[in-house]
Amino acid sequence: MATFLLRRLGLMILTLWIVSLIVFFAGQILPGDPGRAILGPFAAKSSVDALDTQLGVNRPLLTRYLSWIGGVFHGDFGTSYTYRAAVEPFVRAALINSVKLALLAFVIVVPLGIIGGVIAALYAGRAVDRIISVTGLSLATVPEFVSGIVLIVIFGVELKVLPVTAAAGAGAGDLSQFRHLILPAIPLVFVLFGYIARMARAGTIEALNSDYARTAILKGLPRATVIRRHILRNSLLPTITVIATQTGYLIGGLVVVETLFNYQGIGNLIFKAAQAKDFAMLEAGVLVIGVVYVLATLAADLLLIALNPRLRIGASHD
Amino acid sequence: MTDITADPGSAPLGPAAGGAVAVAAPTQRVAPALWRLLLRRPTFLVGAAILLFWVVCAIFGHSFAPFNPLAQQLLSSNAAPGGSHWFGTDPLGRDVLSRVIVGARDILVITPLATVLGTILGTALGLAMGYFGGLLDLVVGRIVEAVLALPAVIIAFLFIVALGPSTTTLIIVVGFIFTPLIARTVRAAVLTERHLDYLSAARLLGEKPARVMFAEILPNVLPAILVEFTVRLGYAVFAVATLSFLGFGVAPPTPDWGADIAADYPGLLAGYWWQTLFPALAIASLVTAVNLITDSIEQVLNA
Repeated sequence: MATFLLRRLGLMILTLWIVSLIVFFAGQILPGDPGRAILGPFAAKSSVDALDTQLGVNRPLLTRYLSWIGGVFHGDFGTSYTYRAAVEPFVRAALINSVKLALLAFVIVVPLGIIGGVIAALYAGRAVDRIISVTGLSLATVPEFVSGIVLIVIFGVELKVLPVTAAAGAGAGDLSQFRHLILPAIPLVFVLFGYIARMARAGTIEALNSDYARTAILKGLPRATVIRRHILRNSLLPTITVIATQTGYLIGGLVVVETLFNYQGIGNLIFKAAQAKDFAMLEAGVLVIGVVYVLATLAADLLLIALNPRLRIGASHD
Repeated sequence: MTDITADPGSAPLGPAAGGAVAVAAPTQRVAPALWRLLLRRPTFLVGAAILLFWVVCAIFGHSFAPFNPLAQQLLSSNAAPGGSHWFGTDPLGRDVLSRVIVGARDILVITPLATVLGTILGTALGLAMGYFGGLLDLVVGRIVEAVLALPAVIIAFLFIVALGPSTTTLIIVVGFIFTPLIARTVRAAVLTERHLDYLSAARLLGEKPARVMFAEILPNVLPAILVEFTVRLGYAVFAVATLSFLGFGVAPPTPDWGADIAADYPGLLAGYWWQTLFPALAIASLVTAVNLITDSIEQVLNA
C-alpha cells in the first residue's frame, strides 16, 4: 500500500518535471530571441539587447531553467512583461475564477453522463444506445465555441433568458454570478458528456455480464435492485478515473469558453499572454494547468483505492 | 446534396481515410470485406456524403460559390439571409455562403495532413515501444503522460506562439501533439501481438527487428491504427478549428470557418446571427461526419 502510493507520487513528480521541461522548451528556447519576439522585427537592436538582458535570456540554458524552476518552488513565477508586475497574483485570481466555472460544469455533467451511460448500457445495441453514444461522441468533438455560439443565439439573443457574458458586474450577488456562469458551463458539459457516458456505459456492460450480477438476477432480486445495489456500485469506479483525466481537457476548453464569454479565468489569461507574447505569464499558466491535472489524477487514484477494497489488496502486492 | 448520396456504391471516403483502408489490402485481404460492410451502414453513408460534400467545396468551391468570398459590398453589409445572399452578408458585405463554401479548404488540408503525420510518427514510435519495451518504453511512456497532462489546444498554442503561426506550423504542431497519443494506442495493440507464435517464428528465422515490426506486426495492428486515425481526425478538426478561432490559423481575409466566427461573433449581440451560425454549423457537420465514419469503422471491425 505504502509502496504503491510512493510509486504513484514518484511518477507524478516525474510527470511534472517533464511538463516543466516542455513548458521551458516552448516558452524559452523555441522563440529564439524573446526580446526580438516581443518587440517585433522593427525594433532597434539595442533595445532588443536591453530587454534580453532584463529578461535574463543571455545566461546559459541550465542556469535559466534552474532559476525559473527554483522560483516556481518559492511561488515566484517570474515577472509579466505586459503588466510589469509579478505573475503569481494574476494566475491565482484567474485560477479561482476558472475553478468556479469548472465546478459548475462538473456538477451538471457528472450525474448527466453517468445516467446517460447507464441507460445506454441497459439498452446496449438498440436505438437508444446508438443515439446516446453517437450524440455523446459528436458533442465531445464539436468545439466549445461552436456550441457556445449556438447557445448564445438561442438563449441570449432569441429567447433573452440568460446573460451572454460570464462575468457579473462588480458587487453582483452569488445568484447573479451563478446565472452568468450557466451558459458558459454548457459547452464544457457537452464536451465532457460523451467521455463520461462512454465510460459509465462500458463499466455497466462489464458489470451486467459479471457472475455476481447473474447470481443476483437468478436469486430473484427485482431488476431495479440488481442495478442499484450490484451494477452501479461496480460500474462507476472506472468513471471516476475518466472524470479526473478530463480535468485537463476541461481547462483546455476554458480557453475558448472564457474568451467567447469574456470571463477572467486561467484560459483567458493564457490566451491573452500568448497574444501579447508574455512568456512568463504563459509559462506560469500552462504549468499551473499541468499541476492541476496531475493533482486531479492523484486524487482520483486515492478515491479509487478508498472505494474499491480489491484495489487496496491488489495494490499491496504491487 | 441528394446527387451525392444517389450513388452510394461509388461514394469514396475522404482522401486520407481511403488511403488508410487501401494500405490494408495487399497484406490482409480484409479491405474488400470491410468496404462491403461499411457501405451497408447508413451512418457511414451519411458521414461519407457530408465529408465528400466538404471535400468538393474545398477543391472546387471557388468555381461554384455564388460570389467572390473576398468581394466587399459595403452598401449591403450585415444583410439578413434572403434574396441573392442565402446566408446573408458579413460586416464588410461579403457573402457568408461563399465564405463558408471556400472556407472548407484550410481545415480540410490541415487536419488530414496533421493526422497523417501524427499517425506515421506515432505508429513508428508505438511499434518500437511495444516491440523493444525496456528503457525506450519507460521514457516515452512518461513523455506521453506529461503531454496528456496539458490540454492539446494549450500545448498547441504554446508552440505556435513560439514558432509563429502558419499553415505548416499548424500541421506540424498538431501532428506532433498527436504522436504520443497514437503511439500509446499502437503500443497497446503491439503488446497483445508480442507473444503470438508467428512472431516467435519470425524471430527464430532470424528476421531483423525492423522487418518484424513493419512486415509482421504492422499489418496485424492496422485495424487499430485505422480506428485511431479516424478518431484523431475528429480531434484534429476540433483542435484546428479552435486554434483558428483563437487567431492562430490562416490570416484574414482568407475565408476560414473558425477565423470568420472569431471576427463576426461580436455581431451576435446586435442580432447578426447568420454570420457566425453558418460557419459554426459547417464545423459541427464536418465533425459529425468524421464521427459517423469513425463509429461505423469501429462497429464493423468489432463485429
